Amino acid sequence: MIVLKDITKKYDNGFEALKNISLHCNEGEITALIGPSGCGKTTLMKLINRLNNPTSGSVFIKGKDISEIDPVELRRSIGYVIQQIGLFPHMNIAKNVGTVPKLLKWDKERIGKRVDELLNLVSLDPETYRNRLPSELSGGQQQRVGVIRALAADPSVILMDEPFSALDPISREQLQEELVRLQREIKKTIVFVTHDMDEALKIADKIVLMKSGEIVQHGTPEEILRHPANEFVEDFIGQKRLKRYQGIPPVSQVMVERPITVTPNRGLAESMRIMEDKKVDSIIVVDEKNHLLGYVTVFDIVKAYQNEDTKIKDIMHSFNTTVNPDTPLTEAIQLMNKLQVPYLPVLNEKGLLEGLLTRGSIVGYVGSEYHSIKEGVV
Amino acid sequence: MEFISDFFDYVMNNWSHLASLTLDHILMVIIGLALALMVGIPLGIICFKNEKLAKVILATASIIQVFPSIALLGVLMIFFGLGFKTVVVGLFFYSLLPIIRNTYVGLREVDENISLAGKGVGMTVTQLLLKVQLPLSLPFLLAGVRVAAVIAVGVATLAPFIGGDGLGRDIVAGINTRQADKIYAGAIIAASLAIFADITIGRVQKRLET
Repeated sequence: MIVLKDITKKYDNGFEALKNISLHCNEGEITALIGPSGCGKTTLMKLINRLNNPTSGSVFIKGKDISEIDPVELRRSIGYVIQQIGLFPHMNIAKNVGTVPKLLKWDKERIGKRVDELLNLVSLDPETYRNRLPSELSGGQQQRVGVIRALAADPSVILMDEPFSALDPISREQLQEELVRLQREIKKTIVFVTHDMDEALKIADKIVLMKSGEIVQHGTPEEILRHPANEFVEDFIGQKRLKRYQGIPPVSQVMVERPITVTPNRGLAESMRIMEDKKVDSIIVVDEKNHLLGYVTVFDIVKAYQNEDTKIKDIMHSFNTTVNPDTPLTEAIQLMNKLQVPYLPVLNEKGLLEGLLTRGSIVGYVGSEYHSIKEGVV
Repeated sequence: MEFISDFFDYVMNNWSHLASLTLDHILMVIIGLALALMVGIPLGIICFKNEKLAKVILATASIIQVFPSIALLGVLMIFFGLGFKTVVVGLFFYSLLPIIRNTYVGLREVDENISLAGKGVGMTVTQLLLKVQLPLSLPFLLAGVRVAAVIAVGVATLAPFIGGDGLGRDIVAGINTRQADKIYAGAIIAASLAIFADITIGRVQKRLET
C-alpha cells in the first residue's frame, strides 16, 4: 500500500535525518513509527504527504510514485491528524470536520450529512457540538474531532503525528481504545508516530523502531517483544514490559548467577568452611574450566570427615538432570517437583555451569514480580 | 469655567457648520485608512513571506512615521497640490506603519501547528492565508487599525495648512482670530472622535479575541 524505497534525507547543514530507509506499510494496518525524539520518525511520516521531500529515494502509494502527484491534491487524499490537536480555533466543529470535503468542493448538504455521521461515530452529539468552537470542548473531545476531520473525505491512508501525546492519561487511553475500535470498522492504512511504547503495543499491527535515522527493527508487537533485535530495542521496550509481555521468563532470569562451587581436589575441611561461610547445605563441584562435575552435601562431608586424605572428588554425587538457560521457568519447576530435588544446575550449550535454579531464587523472583505489580511499577 | 459655556454657546450657534466639518474630518480619516489597509495588508503579507523584504519595508514605513507631520503634508502638497486629496494621501502614509507591522506580527503569531494542519489537509498557500492565517491574525490587525485611526484623527486637524477642511479649519481660524471657543470646539470634537474610534475598534477587537 505505502512503499518507501531507499529514502535518504539530508539537510543543508549536512545533518542526515534519514539514512537509506526502505519500508512497507500494509493495507488496512496500523503501522507505528516509534523511537526517541530526533530519530526521524516524524520526518519519515511527513514524506508520505509531501510535507517533506526526500533527498533521494521514492515513496509509492498504491504503486504510484507520489513525487508525480501535485502535493495539494495528494494531501487532500490523505487524512492527517496533527500533534497538539491543530483544530482551526476560529471555525466551529462542523467547519473543522468539513474542511477537506469543502476543499474538494462537495455540495453543502453532502458535507453536512458527512459531518453528522462522523460526529456520531465518535459519540459527539451533532446537535450539541456542531456549532461549538474548539475552545469550548475538552482536550479529549477536541482530538476526537481532529481524528474525524482526517476521516472526512474517506481517505484510504491516514497519517497521525503523536495525536494523543497532549492529552491527560485517562483521555489518552480512551482515545487509543476508540481508535482500535474505529479501525475495526474503517480498515484504513494508518501510519502512526509515537514515542510511547505502550501506545504502540496497544494499537499497532506493525511497529517500526527507529534510531538516528535508521530502522532498527520492524515487526509485529509480538515479534518485537519476543525477539528484540538488539540492546537498544530491549532498552526502549524496557525490562519490566519485556517480562510482562513475554509472560513466563526463562530460567536464566531467575537462577542464582554465581552459585557456591569447589574444585574436585579440595579437602573436606576447607569445603566445610566455605559452606559454613555461605550458609549452604550443599556445594556444586566444577573443574577449573567451570565444567559441572557433581555436588556434595554437608552430610556427605560429615560422614567422611575423619579421613584427612579424602578429597571432594571421592565423595561427590553426579547430577542426573540439568536445564539450559532458555528453559522456561514453569518447565524447570515441574521438573524439580517431579524429581523432588531442591535445586537444578543450569548449563549452557558447552556444558559450562551458568547458574543454579534454587527454591530460594524462585521465591525471590515471584516475590519481586508480585511486589512490582502491586506498586504499579510494571 | 467660562470656557465651557462659551464652548456650548458656540456649538449651539454653529452646529450645522461644525457637523459638516466633522463629516469632512471623518471622511478624510476613513478614506486614508481604507487606502492604508488596501496597501498595508498586502505589504504585511509580503513581509511575512520574505524576511529580507520585511526589514526593508518596515524600515521605510518607520521613516515615514517619524517624519514630522506638518512637513510631510508640506512635501505632499508640492506633488499633489492643495486640498482634500493631499490630506488623504498624508493620512494614508501615516497609517501605513501600524497596519503593515501588525499584519506582519499577527501572521507570525499564528500557531505553527495550525498552519501545518492547514497545509497538511491540502490547502493551497492562498487558501491557507485567506482561510486560516489572516482570520487568525485579525485581532492584531485591528490593534494596528486602532492606533492608525487615533493618529489619523489627530494629523487630520493639520489639513487647513494645505487647503483641506475638517475640524482643523475651526482650530486654525480660532488661533488666527484669537477666538478660544472656536479652538475648543474643533479640539474637543476631534478628541472625542479619536476616543470614539479607539473604543469602538477596541470593542470589535475584543469580540474577535474571545
